[in-house]
Amino acid sequence: MMLIACPHCGPRAHVEFTYERTMDAILSVDVDPDTAVAILFQRENPRGPSQELWRHTYGCRSWLRLTRNTVTHDLAEVVAWPPA
Amino acid sequence: MSAPFRNAAGGLIDRARAVRFTVDGRPYEGFAGDTLASASLANGVRLMGRSFKYHRPRGVFGAGVEEPNALYGVGEGGRFEPNTRATDVFLYEGLTAISQNCWPNLPFDIGAVSQVAAPFIPAGFYYKTFFGGPRLWKVYEHLIRRAAGLGKPPQHRDVDRFNHRAAFCDVLVVGAGPAGLAAADAASAAGARVIMVEQDRLAGGGFLRDPAMAGGDDGLVWAMAVATRVKAEGGRVLSRSTATGFYDHGLLNVVQRHVEPGQITRDDGAAQTLWRVRARRVVLAQGSLERPLLFSGNDRPGVMLASAARSFVTRYAVRPGALAVVAGCDDHADLTARVLAASGIEVIAVMDSRVGGRVVAALGSRAVTGAIVSEAGRSRTVACDLIAVSGGQTPTVHLHMQAGGGLAWDAQAGAFAPTTARQNQVSVGAGAGRQGLEAALADGWRAGVEAAQDLGLSRPMGARPRGAAARPTPTVSGCCVTLTDGADAKTAFIDLQNDVTAADIDLAGRQGYRSVEHLKRFTTLGMASDQGKTSNLLGLARMAQASGVTVPQIGLTTFRPPYTPVTLGVLAGEAVGAEAAPRRRLTLQSAHAAAGAVWQPSGYWSRPRAYPMSGETSPQAAVREARTVRDAVGLTDVSTLGKFEVVGPDAVAFLEIICATSVAKLAVGRGRYTIMLREDGIVADDGTVWRLADQRYLLTSSTGGADTMAHRLSYARRVLTPRLQVMVTAVQECWVGIAVAGPNARALVDQATGAAPPRHMSVAAARLADQPVWLLAASYSGERAFEIYVRSYAAQVVWSDLERRVAAAGGRVYGLDAMDLLRIEKGHIVTGAEIDGRTCPYDLGLTKMLRKGGFIGWAGLQRRDFQRPNRPCLVGLDALDGVLPEGAMLLPRAGAAPQGHVSSAGRRVTGEGAIGLGLVASGPDRIGEVMIASSPTRRLQGRVRLTAPLFYDAEGARYVD
Repeated sequence: MMLIACPHCGPRAHVEFTYERTMDAILSVDVDPDTAVAILFQRENPRGPSQELWRHTYGCRSWLRLTRNTVTHDLAEVVAWPPA
Repeated sequence: MSAPFRNAAGGLIDRARAVRFTVDGRPYEGFAGDTLASASLANGVRLMGRSFKYHRPRGVFGAGVEEPNALYGVGEGGRFEPNTRATDVFLYEGLTAISQNCWPNLPFDIGAVSQVAAPFIPAGFYYKTFFGGPRLWKVYEHLIRRAAGLGKPPQHRDVDRFNHRAAFCDVLVVGAGPAGLAAADAASAAGARVIMVEQDRLAGGGFLRDPAMAGGDDGLVWAMAVATRVKAEGGRVLSRSTATGFYDHGLLNVVQRHVEPGQITRDDGAAQTLWRVRARRVVLAQGSLERPLLFSGNDRPGVMLASAARSFVTRYAVRPGALAVVAGCDDHADLTARVLAASGIEVIAVMDSRVGGRVVAALGSRAVTGAIVSEAGRSRTVACDLIAVSGGQTPTVHLHMQAGGGLAWDAQAGAFAPTTARQNQVSVGAGAGRQGLEAALADGWRAGVEAAQDLGLSRPMGARPRGAAARPTPTVSGCCVTLTDGADAKTAFIDLQNDVTAADIDLAGRQGYRSVEHLKRFTTLGMASDQGKTSNLLGLARMAQASGVTVPQIGLTTFRPPYTPVTLGVLAGEAVGAEAAPRRRLTLQSAHAAAGAVWQPSGYWSRPRAYPMSGETSPQAAVREARTVRDAVGLTDVSTLGKFEVVGPDAVAFLEIICATSVAKLAVGRGRYTIMLREDGIVADDGTVWRLADQRYLLTSSTGGADTMAHRLSYARRVLTPRLQVMVTAVQECWVGIAVAGPNARALVDQATGAAPPRHMSVAAARLADQPVWLLAASYSGERAFEIYVRSYAAQVVWSDLERRVAAAGGRVYGLDAMDLLRIEKGHIVTGAEIDGRTCPYDLGLTKMLRKGGFIGWAGLQRRDFQRPNRPCLVGLDALDGVLPEGAMLLPRAGAAPQGHVSSAGRRVTGEGAIGLGLVASGPDRIGEVMIASSPTRRLQGRVRLTAPLFYDAEGARYVD
């Protein structure tokens, strides 16, 4: 179980957090249908660093951007999202 | 007591404390400190199980957690634990064990006839022989399942309690053998907070089996001194505790047994504790496990690992035989021979493969009676009842591998040893492939010092402990998997627990299996409850030899947690029964209870299902309650709906992103039904939106969807629209919602509030029972209705007032079942039935409500599949035979492929007959068609006519004021 350093709460076990999606899968409301389908259904599953949106749901409830290595689970960066 | 194989002196047993136990109902006696295995051996019991596939007689093979053969069901009733290793359960008074895999009893197992058929059941037999399509498999499955399986699952509810604890430390040391003790001693002395865990009940590791000097004292005395020092420094030493898994970021699961399997706990305490230890540094000192040797009949009771034989003799003062043959491929053979001889066992022969000594076959059936041995190419038969084998040491690298570490092949040792580490882990001692006591002590000490230094701790400390071993430092000659001439590969077992022989591995090779993952699945090698602790490497080496490649080229399968089997109860901890999930209590719970509610789980809530009156069943009550709503007035609690306040200049803009329906045109004081979509165009939830004031809106969602909706709203607010000036607040628990529905509702609310109630789909502030409330005129039931929102703290007063008024108006409370009957009759869809994660707005007849874009899910809704004409769409179902099972398939005619299903089933409130809602391919174009609703699992079937999804008041006349 990963230890995620929430910028507001400090290091917490990852059961407190929920994974939302990879950053490149954030769809704007006015996205065109073809792009939406490509992003929703034809996703990359990269080996290595991945930028992801998480939420400290059972903590401060804020949204975070994690840079997580999908192989080693190393967390290179955890920052509040969107940046202030 | 007669324990014919117990030596008169020695051993780490308490001879003053005799302990009685039973095996298959027969009484035995052992001593405190014995394992079930050692006490059984002391009593001359050698047959301790039947094998999984061939039901061959088996005896104890190891002396610890690696044991593949001697498995028992231990304990009784709610404490029964199947597949318990006899070597891993310490005796307690009254222990009861039953043997497994045999019928009618262990010595006379009828299943052993499969032994006769053994040559006909090679690896992959089931896959190939029973490959005949699903129909044939249905016939075979029952027969195979009855014969297969390992032990019987417990038949009673677990009566034990289990705890979870979280812990943190600087250095976690796994294993309290020489290396682990040295590491813990050093790290602790340097000032680190140390936790040391040991699966055995005693610290000492190899010292328990092979006595030696360490730190200027007897090894075991030194071990106790180290444990005392670690504790004195504030550290923890957990015995009978197994580190079962190494997870991300330095987290390890440690399962601690407070009592033995099947034993009654003291003072109603927990039977086991799951420690979740987050460690900054981890020292893995798990030691090594011995490998077996391959020869014919190497599974017969009496064949055991040399380390196990030494353990029984030294630790338990038990002679596992009288006449021994010792075989090995390194110095452990000599060591074992000397230890056995010193305990009074006559050693007939020592077979050292380095000088050409080999065992060809073990003789005997239910016990070893002799052996064929071969020396310098000449074989002879000797009488013996014990064959102690040593095929080299395999470092225990499970945790290292779980933590993402790397391995290197050591051809000399014939085993893999840890190399790179991904986490803050280091392997030491025998577990790192080091040989001998001195190396283990030095290695462990260095690791402890370095771990402390890494953490910036460097208190002055003494010199490292030196060891003086009576045992020699062994030299090894690889992983021996070659069979001697004359040995039969078909009875040379590699995996004892899953009955995989050398011939099975060879067969896999001949059939073209090259990947180790395929080999494993084809032969089931290493897939039993021992997870191949003694067998995996032998299987790989045999495969490598057959394929003419090296072992590293064959590769390894994944090491998955847990290291040893874990009781499911300890993983659940206290989250069982009523504590399995959090429970949410309705503000008005006691009011409902007083009204005679029958409860129904609804997410984390319990909601009133119905309020039966005396002599009424719950379904009868639901119909009566629903009719009261149609005829007079009813009262119900709708507090669990999701409720959100959306406030600010950009509130409308935000809501238009969330809702697929129009919000912008909503006037102050008006409300509207709405739906929210997922990004892929599927309906996520439905609800209502109300404009309470110019820049203040109330959005409701379904009970089950409330938490998800809160998450979605947060995402939309924080991630998609961070620039909007709007505040979104979840107010579910701030407001209690009470619905008053029925033809008398308007007059009742008029009277209760002293003001004209709002028109249908309007909202107004009012006072009721002297409390400020919001009156939302919305109807779910199809009748004129009001949802009254009151602050939670004032809910009781308002509910009581309304209950009294409703009674005076000829009405009563109604529950979820009545609500369901009313909404089905009115054709209202509900999340979980019609909104099922597959339906889009077009399927549900909601097309006209949709805006032209600008909301979440619009892009996804443009997918071509949503325009497909034969998509399942909402229809009403009128049962012609009085039968309408919920969830049933809808078929155009008997035997045809299903074209839809019954999503909701109920009955008419006004009148008689079963009605429901369903999703049917091209449904709206097929109104009037008769289909068959069929539920084979419930053996229910009946004809239904497709209708419009509306059975009551199609004109909406009931809402008109």
